[in-house]
Amino acid sequence: MTTATPTGAPVAGPPGPAAKKAAKKAAKQRRSGRFDVRERPELLLVPGVFVVLIVLWEFVIPLFVDDYVLPVPSRIVESLWSQLTDALFWGHLEVTLRESLIGFVIGVGTAVLLGTAISQVRLVEKTLMPYVVAFQTVPKVALAPLFVVWFGFGLTSKIVMAAVISFFPMLINVIEGLKAADADRIQMLTVFGASKLQIFRMVRLPSAMPFIFAGLDIGIVFAILGAVVGEFIGAKEGLGYLLLQTNYNFDIAGMFAVLVVLSVLGLLAHSLIRFTQRKVAFWAEESRVIAA
Amino acid sequence: MSLRAPGRQTSPATAAGTDTDAWIRVAGLDKTYPARRSDPTVALQGIDLSVRRGEFVSVVGPSGCGKTTLLKILAGLVGRSEGEVEIAGTDVRGPLPQIGMVFQAATLLPWRTVRQNVLVPVEVQGLDKEKFGRRADELLEMVGLAEFANSYPYELSGGMQQRAGICRALVHDPAVLLMDEPFGALDAMTREYMNVELLRIWQQSGKTIVLVTHSIPEAVFLSDRVVVLSARPGRIAEVIDVELDRPRELSVMASDRAGIYVERIRRHFNATSVID
Repeated sequence: MTTATPTGAPVAGPPGPAAKKAAKKAAKQRRSGRFDVRERPELLLVPGVFVVLIVLWEFVIPLFVDDYVLPVPSRIVESLWSQLTDALFWGHLEVTLRESLIGFVIGVGTAVLLGTAISQVRLVEKTLMPYVVAFQTVPKVALAPLFVVWFGFGLTSKIVMAAVISFFPMLINVIEGLKAADADRIQMLTVFGASKLQIFRMVRLPSAMPFIFAGLDIGIVFAILGAVVGEFIGAKEGLGYLLLQTNYNFDIAGMFAVLVVLSVLGLLAHSLIRFTQRKVAFWAEESRVIAA
Repeated sequence: MSLRAPGRQTSPATAAGTDTDAWIRVAGLDKTYPARRSDPTVALQGIDLSVRRGEFVSVVGPSGCGKTTLLKILAGLVGRSEGEVEIAGTDVRGPLPQIGMVFQAATLLPWRTVRQNVLVPVEVQGLDKEKFGRRADELLEMVGLAEFANSYPYELSGGMQQRAGICRALVHDPAVLLMDEPFGALDAMTREYMNVELLRIWQQSGKTIVLVTHSIPEAVFLSDRVVVLSARPGRIAEVIDVELDRPRELSVMASDRAGIYVERIRRHFNATSVID
């Protein structure tokens, strides 16, 4: 990603071993490409395990388990294909996507605003933290029936569910992230005369980025979960509704097909956020996940 | 105690103030940290110190003698309990814009390029970005980092990062440069190199420098005067004029005269405690 890697020894630098070591390390990192199997054996191992599992499932499992209970992969793919070529299915997918994304944006946005207030204003922290902790212990999924009663069978109850469930991991990460700024960096800015707002913008916010992305990462997956759970309780459309329908019809292959779609959806969302993280918070190590 | 050394290399400043040529003036400074259970900790006691404009002064002392506290008081980061502290005629009540500071760790912001890091004081103080941008480039050129201006800190070695930190401390053209054990984390070779660099930068810029260090030879090599603090509570044990010719080269440290200065300072610590 960063192409500006220094090459060779520093020009006017001392012939110190530190500089040489750094240059050597950089050179080594350049040589071993990102797709060198010797450096990263998981590039072969991960798909390898997948193939082995699929083969076992296709040819060995049917000897012991009835196809009605656990359909083989080829039947699942067949079912998936018939779904994907059906316009009705895309309608369900769109509904779930819309619920998850709107809920995610609302939940995460509220969490950023509230988290900033809590981490920066002592009075807000002291007043609200007990409530945050109390609500955090409530199993949010159990609220789904309540939301359906309050907000009806339409999209709203699922959006609320997705928002509530993605709100908490984001909130905790924002609070922790904004407090994680290095004291030396804050002191450095203070010496040069920075205001509180400048310190927030120039140190606290960038320091919080890895945490914020961890929150987004969990949040998006949770938002999809929230939307699907909401659809379980009461809905006329959406992938959760479709999952229940296939279940009632004892179409297990169809259920697996929907599960595959949901998994791919989660994976895509996760990858998109990690990709953005690497672009935006390129300096940070692997993000630390605070709360789930 | 009068700590004024005979003027040698710089012309006395026409600075305001009672002490006509004092650029930094510390008088009767006490610093006490309150403690909840035990008696309050006295970090510094009765510090009197005047630094002339353009002078290079080092502060050495045993571990925990309050030398870093003294520097932080000058930087306006820590309040004082008693006494007067003035820089360029201004009472120090908080960070002053005419201060530049170099820290123990380079403390560069990892999300900014080297050049953007150097420009932090300019951005914070709302100075002319174009004008000071050119100055930043000149400084980076001076310390040999011109080609790393657009690199990120993690691509630099420790010594290079510290040089960028020095550029940052100088970019807004401060009157005084405060340095808190800036080379402590570097290996011996890089450290010597950085000492020579620092002398060169000091001679070119004419800044007033106060350096806290735990290396006695470093203090002797660089300074016009070395202030020796005693163990806690930190008091001034001795102020030594280092009358070695300038410009100095590393070889001067092999001379007898330099050795005598080093020995004279070291004697203070043999009796009391180990220097850190």
